[in-house]
Amino acid sequence: MSAGPFTRRTLLAAGSAMAATWASGLLVPAWAQGVPPTPSMRGGSNNYLPGAPVVQRIGGVGFWMTGTVRRAGDGAPLAGQRIQIWAHTTEGYERDPHSHGATLTDSNGEFRLDMPQIVPTFGQPHGHLAYDSGEFETVFLRPVMASAKDTSLHADFVLKPV
Amino acid sequence: MSRARMALIWAGLAAAIAVPLAAAATSPLLAWRDPIYIAAGFAGVVAMTLLLVQPLLVGGYLPGLTAPRGRRVHRGIGVVLVTAVAVHVAALWVTSPPDAIDALLFVSPTPFSDWGVIAMWAVLAAAMLAAFRRRLRLPPRAWRLGHTALAAVTVACSVVHAMLVEGTMETVSKAALCALVVLATVKVGADLRVWAIRR
Repeated sequence: MSAGPFTRRTLLAAGSAMAATWASGLLVPAWAQGVPPTPSMRGGSNNYLPGAPVVQRIGGVGFWMTGTVRRAGDGAPLAGQRIQIWAHTTEGYERDPHSHGATLTDSNGEFRLDMPQIVPTFGQPHGHLAYDSGEFETVFLRPVMASAKDTSLHADFVLKPV
Repeated sequence: MSRARMALIWAGLAAAIAVPLAAAATSPLLAWRDPIYIAAGFAGVVAMTLLLVQPLLVGGYLPGLTAPRGRRVHRGIGVVLVTAVAVHVAALWVTSPPDAIDALLFVSPTPFSDWGVIAMWAVLAAAMLAAFRRRLRLPPRAWRLGHTALAAVTVACSVVHAMLVEGTMETVSKAALCALVVLATVKVGADLRVWAIRR
């Protein structure tokens, strides 16, 4: 008995090809989108005071707030972006103006601001960061320290052009 | 009951309340908080210790305060407990309004605040049920089950809330107090057979 033109093998081959096409169809838009933008975090904007000045450091030193700023899609580092930072530290509350400061990213899209030690407030040791300069969509972050003894905190921004 | 045993029970309760309070009073976090924020924290600790006293009173486990005297004191402590919770929430609101509002609306980034807010509503409902007991004209068993259920929710949610918070309470004394609160609540529920139909 001769096998017809449509065998189990062709069925499997055709089926896998169709599945692969379907699956790649799902994948391609994701690749096209590239690095997704960072969404704002819950409570990120609490006690935000707009227009914090660019400073060398916030008050006394001993704690590093670090992070990166990149562009959504291609993930290119963004230089000269203003990031505002505030937290409850050993020197003041989140709402105190002297607890707020801003810094600019360098050519690698990295920022680093010296500030007083962050202490737990409202049940968690955490910091607040904001990008609110208008060129990209506003993002408020609220990273939490793994331990209250940590002397640094890191936050990454991926910004979506307006 | 022997005098020594009575003294032992009261000393044990005093220690169960005083140790967590004293430990919280030595918290390094206090140095970076103003009096209102400190009051907010301590009102929470006080409320937690009162959650231990309440089942002990209603179960008549405290020498000299057996029923019905224990019940009367239970009502008085209930008022103090609700007041402590109100001070806790109000002082947190004054300290950071946006964080307090987020918590009350269940949109806070911190999961422990949801538990705290649920406990707040449960303790308020339990107190309301007690305050309007006569007017509500509920069958005794329904009232007892309702009040006990609300008290159980208060205890469970308060314990989760307290354990998740990184605040002024010292970890070991906090865990011990929470364990005692749960034990006392379970014991009184079982001893009084709150589910039973009495005639």
